[in-house]
This record gives sequence, C-alpha cells and structure tokens, in this order.
Amino acid sequence: MDFTTTYVLLPTAKIIAVFIVVLLTVLFLTYAERKVIAFMQVRLGPMRVGPWGLLQPIADGIKLFLKEDIIPLKADRFVYWIAPTISIVPALLSFLVVPWGSETTLFGLAKQPVPAVISDLNIGLLYILAISSIGIYGILLGGWASNSKYPLLGGLRSAAQMVSYEVPLTLALVGPVMMANTLSTRGIVEAQKGMWFVVPQILAFLVYIACAVAETNRAPYDLPEAETELVAGFHTEYSGMKFAFFYLAEYANMIVVSSIATICFLGGWLPVPGLSFLHLPSFVWFALKVGVFLFGYLWIRATYPRYRYDQLMAIGWKFFIPVTLINIFITAFFLLK
Amino acid sequence: MFKREIVELNMGPQHPSTHGVLRLKLKLDGETVVDLEPEIGYLHRGVEKLAENFNYLQALNLTDRLDYIAAVSNNLGYIETLEKLGGVEVPKKAQYFRVLLTELNRIASHLLWLATHALDIGAMTVFLYAFREREMILDMFEMYTGGRLLTTTFRYGGLKEDIPEGFDKKVKEFIKIFPSRMEDYEDLLTENRIWKKRTVGVGVISAEDAINLGLSGPVLRGSGVPYDIRKVEPYEVYDEFDWEIAVENGCDTYARYKVRMKEMRQSLRIVEQALEGMPEGEFRAKVPKTLKLPKGEVYHSIEAPKGELGYYLISDGKGTGPYRLKVRGPSFVNLQGLKPMCKGHMVADVVAIIGTLDVVLGEIDR
Repeated sequence: MDFTTTYVLLPTAKIIAVFIVVLLTVLFLTYAERKVIAFMQVRLGPMRVGPWGLLQPIADGIKLFLKEDIIPLKADRFVYWIAPTISIVPALLSFLVVPWGSETTLFGLAKQPVPAVISDLNIGLLYILAISSIGIYGILLGGWASNSKYPLLGGLRSAAQMVSYEVPLTLALVGPVMMANTLSTRGIVEAQKGMWFVVPQILAFLVYIACAVAETNRAPYDLPEAETELVAGFHTEYSGMKFAFFYLAEYANMIVVSSIATICFLGGWLPVPGLSFLHLPSFVWFALKVGVFLFGYLWIRATYPRYRYDQLMAIGWKFFIPVTLINIFITAFFLLK
Repeated sequence: MFKREIVELNMGPQHPSTHGVLRLKLKLDGETVVDLEPEIGYLHRGVEKLAENFNYLQALNLTDRLDYIAAVSNNLGYIETLEKLGGVEVPKKAQYFRVLLTELNRIASHLLWLATHALDIGAMTVFLYAFREREMILDMFEMYTGGRLLTTTFRYGGLKEDIPEGFDKKVKEFIKIFPSRMEDYEDLLTENRIWKKRTVGVGVISAEDAINLGLSGPVLRGSGVPYDIRKVEPYEVYDEFDWEIAVENGCDTYARYKVRMKEMRQSLRIVEQALEGMPEGEFRAKVPKTLKLPKGEVYHSIEAPKGELGYYLISDGKGTGPYRLKVRGPSFVNLQGLKPMCKGHMVADVVAIIGTLDVVLGEIDR
C-alpha cells in the first residue's frame, strides 16, 4: 500500500463512513426513543410523516433548520454561539477510537483488511474520557451565556453533576483496563476473547451503567434539563440549529457511552459466547450490543421518576466512588496473585 | 469568602408544572427556597359576581368552571345548597346516582392528580396510564351528560334525565378493570426507591398547622386527621354505604400520595355499592319549572376531591337567581399550605409540593 492510501484515502473513507453512520443512528435513535416509549405507554408515537412515522426525524431536522434563530438580548453572544459547537464536536470526536469491528476492507477500498477503527490510539480510552470532559463545557457555557435564570440553574446542575459523575465513571473503567493491561480500545476488546470483563468486573459494570446515564443527562438523572422543574434547563433559550446541536450531542453521547460499555465489558465486536456459529460480521455484533444499551436507556426513562439534585450528588460521592475504589482493590488483589 | 446572593426566580404563570396559571415568586439561595409568594388571579372571571346576574339554573353552569377537573362535585355542592334552602326531598334513585357519579368524578380527579404529580417528579409512564383510565370515566360522563369536562350534571330536585341504557354496563366494566390498573400504578411508584426519596419527608405539615391553616381533604387526612365530610356530616346517601376514611400519619407528600390512592379504592367501593343498590323510581322530585327560593341564607359544604367545597347562598326571595353566592374553594385554602411546606426545600421539591396540594387554578381564581 502506498502512502496516499494508508494515510489519506483510508482514514478519510473511515471518517466519512463513521460520521454518516453515527448521524443516521442519532437521527433514528430519536425516532426509536419516541416509538419505544410510546409503546411502553400505550400510545403509538409518531405516525404521520412517512409509513409508521419513519420520516419523522428528517422532518424534525428540516424544521429545526428552518427555525428562526433567536439570541436573547442580554446573552453573551460569542459564548452563546460557540457553546453548542463545544457540545457536539467532542461527542463526535469520541468516535475516533471506537472500534466497530475486528477488521474491514471498507467494501474493497483497501487491498488488505485494516483495523475497523479510525485510529487505534494506544491511549484510546483515556482519549475518550478526556474529550468527553470537554463536552461538559458546552452545557455549562450554554447555560451561563443565555443570561437567564432557568438555564443558569440547569447549567449549574449539569456542572456539578457531570463533574462529580466523571470520577466514578473513570474509576469504574480502571478495572477493565487493569485486566486488559492496555488503554487501547482494540486491545481491551481482544483481551476479552477468553471471558467478557462483565463477569469479573460486574461491580464496575453496574456502577458504569448508572454513571453513564448521569453523564449523558438522561432520566432518571436528567436534572440539567428537568422539564417540569427548569422548563428546559440549560437549553431553554436555544432555538433552531443551535438547539439541534445540543440535542444531537446528547444522543451522540448516549451512543459513545454505550460503545464504551460494549468495548470494556461486553467484548466489543466479539460474538456472544455460544452464538459464534451464526458467523455474523463483527460490526453486527457490535451494533447489537450497543443497541441493547440504547434500548435500556429508553426503558429506564419510561420507568423511573427523577432524582433530586442533592440526592444525586449524595449517591455519586458517597456510594459510587467508594464502590469503584473497592472494585479496584479487589481487581488488584487478584491480579497480584 | 464568597458573596452569597439571594436570587429571585419567577416560576409561572407559564411553567410546565404550576398546573395552570399559578405564579410563584421564589427567593433562592442556590437551589434552596428561602421564601416564596404565590401570585394568583390570572384566571379570574368573576364567577361569584356573574352568578348574581343569572338565574339558579344558569348559575349551575358557572360551578362547572370552578374546579373543572371535578365539575360533578361542584354541581352537587351547588344543587344541594339550593335544595337545602328550598327544602325539597330528593328521590332515592337520584341520590344514589348522584353519589355514583360524584365518586367516579373523585376517581377521575385523583387520577389526574396522580398523572400530573408523577409527571412532575419525572415518572412519565404513570401519566399516560392514569389518563387511559380517566378516559373511561369521561366517556361515562359523556354518555350521560354529553359533556366530558363541564358536565352540568344535576338539577334542582334530582337528575337532569333518567339513567341511560347501558350505563351500568360501562360502570361494571370499569369496576372490573380498575383494581388491576391501580396495582400497575402502585407497582411503578409505591415502593420505588426514587419515588420514596422524592416524597418521604418532603412538604411536611403537622396536623395542628394543617387545621390552623384551614387545609382540608386529602392534604388534611395525610396529616393524620380523620376528617371527611362524607362521614362527619353525611349528605346524600353516604351513610348507607360501607367505606372507610383514608388517613395516613406521615404528614408528608408520600402520606398524601397514599391517602389519595386509598381514597380511589374506597371510592370504587362506594361506586360498586351504589350501582348494586340502585333503587327504582322517580329520578326527580316534583318541582316548579321556574325555580324561586324563599328568602334566606344557607351554607352547605361537601367533600370535593380536593377538600371541603362550600357554597354560601343568599336569596332575597324575590328574584329567580342568587342574591349572593360565595364559594369556599378547597384549592384556594389549601394553597396556603404551600409556603410553610416549601421553606427550606429545593426547587425540585416545590414542584412536588404543588403537585401534592392538587390545586386547580379555576377554583382558586374563580
């Protein structure tokens, strides 16, 4: 393979492919959310646009594009403008190191199979955690720059919530990293060939799921945008595409955290033990596992009431962090032996 | 070290969870409520003054629009006030049917409370489940009165018309389905950790304070006071049925939740008995076409879903309409409890407490 193919053509093709897939997933995740929750709540959900309302997300997109973009008079215009961008860019950048399969030829573009990941960084997991912390600034700044009281409260809540939940989230991922002995996302998946980490790391897995819900501002931890309390939280004043960016970022983040859960605990693209005779392509296994997580998200939202702000912080600091620390000690103990 | 600033936050009149057009001026220290002041009057229509210009039957339409979630109870209270002054004997059949409809209305009102209260705390599914069952009751109202919300159900001396055919079948279907549906709600909420965390110990008001503030209905019974006008001063035929007052001693939002859940079960018991024991006979006493009441003053109160609903009526003996009609709305009085309940809690609790008070702005502003 020559230089251009390896360093320009293939990465570009991968980036485009991932970008399209992620955006489509985000679009139809909004559709799935409405449909799944609707069926759980004895109603039908969107039915008007296209057969079974399938074109609803596209109609929503068009609507948001055409909406008037309102900026409050007293808003800090620059920060107000840049906040949605800060929110969505890190969410999309995280997909850089998400391995969606074992190896791929990108439909014949590459002569030999190449790793199915845009870039196999040796610090992949660290990279995701670092980049997703930046996304918090988008929400925080958006809430602050609106110069309005409800967004400010939403921004404050999210700052406190996301910063404190990042700690147990990261600590929960330390266990799998210790067992895999690498931070590379591909390396972690390959280390699970014998046994998925969900078995030895069940404690970390459960904490991770709970923290991931909080990290992405989803119910029952959706305090920053608690509709019945703060109207719409940090994005109360946002409209049009700026609002859409926040929205997309939230759903992209859901996919990111579900992907990390799949990579670190459920063996990434590896087939489910006992079902390998199906010979499904590796990216299908990956998509299925991520899909299970996403469905779980929606299910949780339809079932639980919302936590209160102080209760949420109490669980984070007083329960999740000690549990993850204990888990690290246990893991270390067994690894030393 | 840092300067602490008290932020004033205006909650409402357009806010997803102030249940209509209630406006609260909150003074916040961070997210903690230091002080709050309810502002009302955004829905004022002058119902009491309007009633003076109408005749007795027309004024009945105004009572629908007080607590529009429980129009049947409002009608009952008003009509009974007229009957108390006029001294008319209502046939047994009409009384049974009145009780049946009013109790169905109580269930519908509590279902709406459950739906919105749960939604305020974030449990979205209960909202739609409760609306599904409320729909069944509204269908019954529609079958009898033609209206679903503003029913204008009863008439002086009895009922508007006889019970329609097939009505009992609908009620029986509801009686059959409802207990299992109640269990669905309870499965989702009663022992739910998050639900308990959000409601237990939130919005505490002692029995003494509740009585002093004049609170009534489930809010009072949630503080352990077994006061229910249906038992204390039975009107219609409530003393002929076998049922219990729902009381809880928790004094908090969770206790009031349990009271209302129990009350729905009790109401269903009454509905069942009223349907079984429905006597035959006239549905309206012999009353003149144009209603004229003797000179006098009368106060009558009933147990509406939200609490004690009272009407104070003055008749000058000459006109065909009320000389003065004063309404004692339970929501209006219960709203007084908001401030003592909310102080020191967080913004999220304010929403839960508004929900637990179950106020309807149509009745507060009149």
